Amino acid sequence: MHKSILAAGLALALATSAQAADQVKVGFMSTLSGPAAAIGIDIRDGFNLALKMSGGKIGGLPAEVIITDDQQNPEIGRQIVDKYIKRDHVDFVTGIVFSNVLLAVAPVVFDSKTFLISANAGPSLLAGEKCSPWFFSVSWQNDGTPESAGKYTADKGYKKIFLLAPNYPAGKDMVSGFKRYYKGAIADEAYPRLGQLDYSAELAQMRAAAPDAVFFFLPGGMGINFIKQFSASGLGKQVTLITTAFSADEDIIPAVGEPMLGIYNTGFWNHDLDNAENRTFVAAFEKEYGRLPSGFAAQGYEAARAIDAAVREVKGKLDDSEAVRKALRANTFKSVRGPFKINRNGFPIQNYYLRVVERDAKGRITNRTLSTVLKDHPDAYVEQCPLK
Amino acid sequence: MSVLILEQTLNGLQFGLMLFLLAAGLTLVFGIMDLINLAHGSLYMIGAYLVAAVVQATGSFLLAVLAAMAGTAVIGVLLEVSVLRRLYTRDHLSQVLATFALLLICNEIVRLIFGSQPVMLSMPAALAGPVQLLPGFSYPAFRLAVIGVGLAVAVLLYLLVGRTRVGMWVRAGASNREMAAAMGIDVKLLFTAVFGVGAALCAIAGAMLGPLLAVQVGMGESILILAFVVIVIGGIGSIRGALVGALLVGMVDTVGRAFLPMLLRSFLSPAVASGVGPALASIAIYVLMAAVLFWRPQGLFPARA
Repeated sequence: MHKSILAAGLALALATSAQAADQVKVGFMSTLSGPAAAIGIDIRDGFNLALKMSGGKIGGLPAEVIITDDQQNPEIGRQIVDKYIKRDHVDFVTGIVFSNVLLAVAPVVFDSKTFLISANAGPSLLAGEKCSPWFFSVSWQNDGTPESAGKYTADKGYKKIFLLAPNYPAGKDMVSGFKRYYKGAIADEAYPRLGQLDYSAELAQMRAAAPDAVFFFLPGGMGINFIKQFSASGLGKQVTLITTAFSADEDIIPAVGEPMLGIYNTGFWNHDLDNAENRTFVAAFEKEYGRLPSGFAAQGYEAARAIDAAVREVKGKLDDSEAVRKALRANTFKSVRGPFKINRNGFPIQNYYLRVVERDAKGRITNRTLSTVLKDHPDAYVEQCPLK
Repeated sequence: MSVLILEQTLNGLQFGLMLFLLAAGLTLVFGIMDLINLAHGSLYMIGAYLVAAVVQATGSFLLAVLAAMAGTAVIGVLLEVSVLRRLYTRDHLSQVLATFALLLICNEIVRLIFGSQPVMLSMPAALAGPVQLLPGFSYPAFRLAVIGVGLAVAVLLYLLVGRTRVGMWVRAGASNREMAAAMGIDVKLLFTAVFGVGAALCAIAGAMLGPLLAVQVGMGESILILAFVVIVIGGIGSIRGALVGALLVGMVDTVGRAFLPMLLRSFLSPAVASGVGPALASIAIYVLMAAVLFWRPQGLFPARA
């Protein structure tokens, strides 16, 4: 008797499953406190801006966005995501900044058959053999940006490079990404500990090694410290700085000021990219928040728009996860970065641009796009991904 | 090579002296009041933000340093009178919990006022470039200024603590609080004054380090750990200990980072050396601390000998 009731219930549940949902629930977990909060806050502001521009709706449905701070702590992230899934029954999880937090929560999200839309972290672990049908990235795979920096360095004819990155997994990934495209001589390399304050020892090492150029990956405050100290050391006369957007974006430039001028860096986006979507985004962001958006803000904006487009595409039938997946793969929205496709492992195929920090027409110190370094660039791990 | 060694020695000296500025206040507070103050790093952060704000408003770095010293000292005194005074008689666990709460509150207040983005604090234009010390060897002028300020503060503190009546009270308080109080020293006032001086030293540290480092929320925590290492090595409550400890930590850290990977590369394969070197260099100062604690658990210059 009980079994048949259960069966009837199940049948009923299945029959109603393809109906349109009456609202979209998004769990937005990001790093909103602590030293790295500026990144999470930019992603959140970008996300909220997209939501505001669509009248508080996602894909035409009323949206409920639950914003939570993971404090850059994988264990706290686990608890938050547990709550998202078991109590809030969210349809999408997004907003995560750090690869270690993402990797800690990914198994929980995937097991519950919920979509994880990465608005920042792109660990190689999820791009290759262990790729997941529940994962989509609107940012980049970690290696992509340093690969483009390596390509630029090689194209430009630099022959003797000094490498500087923190001694932790993402730091080593960045260096290996760089070396995938730059095959020339390495003058020397240094791996300071994560969060190091003073770079005098590394600067002296640089002076002794006499490279043509320095490639560094030092996220957040580390990059600010390094660039200021590099500038004071007078090494800039002999050595060119090359980096990724992670150390040369709107979260860093205002804190460093003039020493940023002339730094070459690569990224998947810039606020001056000339397309209609980007112009709309940048103007709206400046009006709303009174500052130029960083790449992180663009990623948050795109996360909201990717979810919006997918929900619209399936006409709100969120229970049909196969259809939602197809819609996310097809990403029908027009990206602020220009050409943007989703690969079979859920990671982007996109361009990477060369930028240089200059004064713009209004006298602000900011990035200007110079050229496209890598065109329609897939990540290096997709070959190992078994998904079709 | 000799230029490299000279440069690294200056680097170690400069890093050590900047740690001393923070450790001096911390060791006085810890030694005299027996208070573990985790919010010491917050005073450093507040100092740096005040300097940045005043520089932006007036354009004068010197004025900013003086204003920040006064402002941070006032904030420090207010903290002492309103909250910390109640913690002196409590055990260390309560102190750690309460001052950790203060640290979180300070961080969020600074975030509310200045925002999450790091703020700009540039070097004064006169000190922004390098100076040629020897033919073929130039060194950043600002780092030389940090060395100068650090040495000046060390000498001033030495004279203040070692040669004046107030200094005598401070030393008396550090070696035996009850006895000092019994001999008629107004310990309450002394504590408040010491705390204010410690806060002003934090502001100097913030001003000298702000142009070299990122001025951002949470900047105090990363450096506070090093300051604690310094006072444990030097001996709690001793200014001389703080100076020697800070110079040791600065030198070991710099030399470790500069020469350990080089040394390892001479007998290990480059791949192994580039993995092991940084790991060893980053724990070098903790190894130093462990060694000091093993042979001299009271630190090198204990105040309560």
